[in-house]
Amino acid sequence: MTRRRLIYLLPAALFVLLAAGFYVGLGVDTNVLPSPLIDKPAPQFTLPPLATGQKGFGTADLQGHVSLVNTFASWCAPCRVEHPVLIALARTKRVAIYGINYKDKKDAALAWISELGNPYTRIGADDGRVAIDWGVYGVPETFIVDPSGHIRYKHVGPLTEADIEQTVLPLVARLGK
Amino acid sequence: MMRAFFAALAFAAICAVTPAYAVRPDEMLADPALEARAEQVGSELRCLVCRNQSIEDSEADLAHDLRLLVRRRIAAGDSNRQVIAYIRSRYGDFVLLRPPFETSTILLWGGPVVILALGGVAIVRFYRSRRGGATPLPLSPDEQAQLAAVLGERRRR
Repeated sequence: MTRRRLIYLLPAALFVLLAAGFYVGLGVDTNVLPSPLIDKPAPQFTLPPLATGQKGFGTADLQGHVSLVNTFASWCAPCRVEHPVLIALARTKRVAIYGINYKDKKDAALAWISELGNPYTRIGADDGRVAIDWGVYGVPETFIVDPSGHIRYKHVGPLTEADIEQTVLPLVARLGK
Repeated sequence: MMRAFFAALAFAAICAVTPAYAVRPDEMLADPALEARAEQVGSELRCLVCRNQSIEDSEADLAHDLRLLVRRRIAAGDSNRQVIAYIRSRYGDFVLLRPPFETSTILLWGGPVVILALGGVAIVRFYRSRRGGATPLPLSPDEQAQLAAVLGERRRR
């Protein structure tokens, strides 16, 4: 085939390239945004406790062990789906789970905990400002923080049992070494 | 005629409507100059809940919180650039409605220029080849003799 003829294949080649690009694009979940905080130190914060008399939650609590930081709210429907998964994870005692109660009413949040159980070592009540420092754009979002206080993983949306088995537990084991 | 006039009038009225900002009066800064800066910064930042609106335009709760944050930082003396950097360090490049010019976005910014240049080259080459084909070559002596013979025959008739 001559060079002049080859040029007629160019549109077809372009189409194949475009189609391949679009096909890859179809598989990308646009709801999940990459976080610039991965491998960065967790933000500096201190949150008041949910119930008076309990301890609050702050950056200092994340030192020395692997932590799972979960943002949740009683008004958030996917959080209700996620909750049993967190309870089961807490029972394994493989990782400390901390809660950031996001833009919630205290009574509603406490009622939620007493109704569904408490997987959290500590819960901090946030009016939204601390969540912004964590780059949260929709609850539930979950972070895994290593013993040096660096964020190593972020999960957007409710955690499922499969996420725990395939991602969370292996990562916790690796970071805890 | 009348209908066309009213249609044009309605269209003009729609065009004249200013964009409705979602900023509530109680969010605004007292100093109009600072508020203007806050609105400018806010219009550069994407609301991550609704994705295709700026935080100034969005009614989402997170947009409200971010508007307050922008105004707090501006009132505290941050420059526009510092405020944007602050939010970007938490939410990433996607929060910027205008993508930054970096190595990872070269295709995005440079793509149109490259395609325009390729198109230009293609157009120039196309016209060059057409002009080249249209310029007649001078006749060879043989052809000239043939032509003269044909013309001579015609004249004789």
